[in-house]
Amino acid sequence: MTRKSPYPLWFVAPAAIIFSVLFLVPTLASFWFSLTRWDLFNAQFIGLENYEQFFKEPFLIKGLFNTVFFAAVTSALKTTLGLLLAVLLTSGIFAQGFLRVLVFFPVLVSTIGVGITFSKLMHPTKGAINVALAAIGIDGPGWLTDPALALFSVALVDVWKGIGLATLIYIAGLASISPEYYEAARIDGATRRQMFWRITVPLVRPATVTVITLSMIGGLRSFDIIWAMTKGGPGFSSDVLASVIYKQYQAGFYGLSTAGNVILFLLIAGIMLPLTARLNRKEVEQ
Amino acid sequence: MTRRQFWTGIVALAVSTVLFIIPFVFIAIIAVKDKREASRMGFDWPDSWHFWSNLVEVVEARNYMLLLAYFNSTVITVGAVTVLVVLGAMVGYVLQRRDSKWNSLIWAGVMSGLMIPPAVVPTIWVLQELHLFKTIHGMILIHVAYGLSFAILLFRSFISTIPRDLDEAAIIDGAKPLQIFFRVVLPLLRPVTVTVIVVQSIAIFNDFTNALYYLPGRENVTVQLTLFNFQSQFTSQMNLLFMNILLITIPPLIVYMFFNRQIVAGMTAGAVKG
Amino acid sequence: MKYYSAAVASVLMTLAGAATADVTLTVLIDDNADTSATMQALTERYSELHPDVSFDIEVRPGGSDGDNIVKTRLATGEMADIFNYNSGSLFQALNPTKTLADLSDLPSQANVIDSFKSVVSAEGKVYGIPVGSAMGGGIFYNRKVYADLGLSVPMTWADFMANNAKVAEAGLTPVATTFGATWTSQLFVLADYFNVQIAEPDFAERYTANQAKYATSPAAMRGFEHLQEVFEAGYMNADFGAATYDEGVAMVANGDAAHYPMLTFALGNIVQNMPELLPDVGFFAQPGDDAAQNGLTVWMPGGMYISAASPHIEEAKGFLDFVATVEGCDIQTAANGFQGPYLIKGCTAPDDIPAAVADMMPYFETEGRTAPALEFLSPIKGPALEQITVEVGSGIRSAADAAALYDQDVEKQAKQLGLPNW
Repeated sequence: MTRKSPYPLWFVAPAAIIFSVLFLVPTLASFWFSLTRWDLFNAQFIGLENYEQFFKEPFLIKGLFNTVFFAAVTSALKTTLGLLLAVLLTSGIFAQGFLRVLVFFPVLVSTIGVGITFSKLMHPTKGAINVALAAIGIDGPGWLTDPALALFSVALVDVWKGIGLATLIYIAGLASISPEYYEAARIDGATRRQMFWRITVPLVRPATVTVITLSMIGGLRSFDIIWAMTKGGPGFSSDVLASVIYKQYQAGFYGLSTAGNVILFLLIAGIMLPLTARLNRKEVEQ
Repeated sequence: MTRRQFWTGIVALAVSTVLFIIPFVFIAIIAVKDKREASRMGFDWPDSWHFWSNLVEVVEARNYMLLLAYFNSTVITVGAVTVLVVLGAMVGYVLQRRDSKWNSLIWAGVMSGLMIPPAVVPTIWVLQELHLFKTIHGMILIHVAYGLSFAILLFRSFISTIPRDLDEAAIIDGAKPLQIFFRVVLPLLRPVTVTVIVVQSIAIFNDFTNALYYLPGRENVTVQLTLFNFQSQFTSQMNLLFMNILLITIPPLIVYMFFNRQIVAGMTAGAVKG
Repeated sequence: MKYYSAAVASVLMTLAGAATADVTLTVLIDDNADTSATMQALTERYSELHPDVSFDIEVRPGGSDGDNIVKTRLATGEMADIFNYNSGSLFQALNPTKTLADLSDLPSQANVIDSFKSVVSAEGKVYGIPVGSAMGGGIFYNRKVYADLGLSVPMTWADFMANNAKVAEAGLTPVATTFGATWTSQLFVLADYFNVQIAEPDFAERYTANQAKYATSPAAMRGFEHLQEVFEAGYMNADFGAATYDEGVAMVANGDAAHYPMLTFALGNIVQNMPELLPDVGFFAQPGDDAAQNGLTVWMPGGMYISAASPHIEEAKGFLDFVATVEGCDIQTAANGFQGPYLIKGCTAPDDIPAAVADMMPYFETEGRTAPALEFLSPIKGPALEQITVEVGSGIRSAADAAALYDQDVEKQAKQLGLPNW
């Protein structure tokens, strides 16, 4: 009789069962249902017609572009601002502890609540932002009603809400950099700027990888904040894949909606697999 | 503290007050106004205070739906987080400790769980087949399925910092795998467990989309869905809407105040080294 | 867990003072203030007559969020016992033969006017009874503004635009526009159907058969063009992209705006929120090109339906049987005022009716001055119309482009319904 391992594989079983049944099975089933016209009662096989239909939607191309734009803008801002904030909030400034709490607080608040609040603050005529701008003589734009601006405004709110988490991860990353590096640099007469670029940025890299990965995945899948603020509007100008999928679902086009899901899945895989491979490879080289 | 640090702090404080406090002040101001004043969305001081009457109206609305929603959301959050911690730690533990041919498969599952957007309508179909659709325990299992990957990642990387000598000592003492796990390993995971609890309970308590898709029905309402009560195209009672937002924001704030310190500790151990 | 929350729910309901009765019927209604007033009055009266029946009313959002909730809950068997919802093409999209209880044999169906039965029927069976009255889709106007500026009710679109020019000169908003509630953007297109039908009497039939298209029918495209003209002339309020339905109703009622294109059910909103302004509000049909052929596009009221999955179908039928009576009409009139002709035989108007209703009644009283909206003549209505009309009304897309895009949207719906020829 072989001795049983003290790390039995059955430890994995309960998690594996829940995950498989509620996540993997629906994901695999989605490939089939995306090829059907489906009303939850009957699924009629129609080949690739849903995909054809999806790519015929003139706003789909826009939705694809918007999805990538939203993810790129939010994760770029969260990465750069998060790092700068983290450096600021670890430099021993006045009220540092309180400021850390403050920056993190929006992370805790419900996305829908944040979305509703900012959609009122961004109201074109009555919203506090434009009222304040008008007081100093600036004619504020229609943050959420100007089709060229709507998605960008939502992205800013998403950054507002998510910056605390990025900052927190960076603070943790900075804490793991040994102070000896900075001391050595100071002895060599390095300036603050040099220390930032030569020591902080390279050594905080694991945190950067985490922030980029989390915010890209989150950004590509974003739905709540967009739905709460613009519902994809005005018209289709702030639609992303997730909101297009939801609208097809609302309309009862379950097969079409599921095809959208598959497309979103492929988009995320197509962006994230090369991206994480690249980020991790560089990490190994260093 | 140098002068420079002091003044930078003052400037940072001023900027963050505008950016991070004013929106919350706005919520509070609108929440205490009456219907007519609230609909003007003004930042001015309320002419008359309606804190208590708005509070009562929101709580009493639709047969005390908010209280029921708090109950449901609490049950879902506590249930899902408990299961997530135990199952996530078990998988992370085996994944880190044992070199098996299954590891790459488990790893692929974890990665797919992080990246793939859930297939909503097919999930509804599966839930219906299992009679889990529209049930609280079904919702708990959904959150477990969606949150597992992140929990496993955090646990696995934290477990790598715990020396194997500890479990080996227990093995020599003749302890069984379950005993080793629950008596020796799990207690050592406290910091990362706190992180998982905080991150997941905030995510689950604030979840809107999944409840919207998988948990229809009046008796299943969750706190985020109560916003639906007041935000809609016909009735624009902004004062009550904002009172609702205010009331919904309080529980995550309490969690945060309790665990503020541990979050950073847990993050250091988890996400960054992961 | 289900058991516990049900227990908590019942404890809370006892706290709320709800009477315990033998049967509790659950009712899902839209969040219109007047729907809620109507249902409150009807259910209270019914419980007085039948103390063994009590009601638990649940409110859902309107618009496409509401469509989604109704569709999903029916498709998954989780619907309340009774619910209200649109009749016509939106009703057809509910898959009624599978999800709804057959009400053909309800005794009071004898009182229901046939034209309503036809918009809540599928495969020869009747599934609903009417709540509310027939409505007009057209343009509300502020009577004080009209009197002050010496304007008269326009009989052609050109007259309407001329009135708008004078209103703009006077510094008021000519057309209240509320794209914050996207569904309100569809009115100029939908309410133009009377004029479409004058030009092309068989449009609905050919449209259902995949022969007529918005993009290729000049008459049908006029609605989109009207929207574009109003935008290009700058006749909208400054916050048109964010304003809400309630604000639009208030603007025309208090005279900030001269016009608001809307269905007459908005009168219920005025009765609930600003009854003192009711006399200031008038109504006219959306005018076409020819003053001699001026008429109104008419909406059937929504229906009340019973879920096929309900465990209390018989009790629910009892309630619906009561609603579709003259007493039912009178209760509705008492709750929200008289808003238009009922679809129940024998129901009458009170002596004192709001000015806007008085404006509307002549259309109904003359043969050939009304036409049903397209959604009651054809089972297909594209789900993205409201986004498309927002685009036209915000200057993002031209009328011609929009009509072509809407034709594509309609195609999806027709295919999902499995119609022939598509």
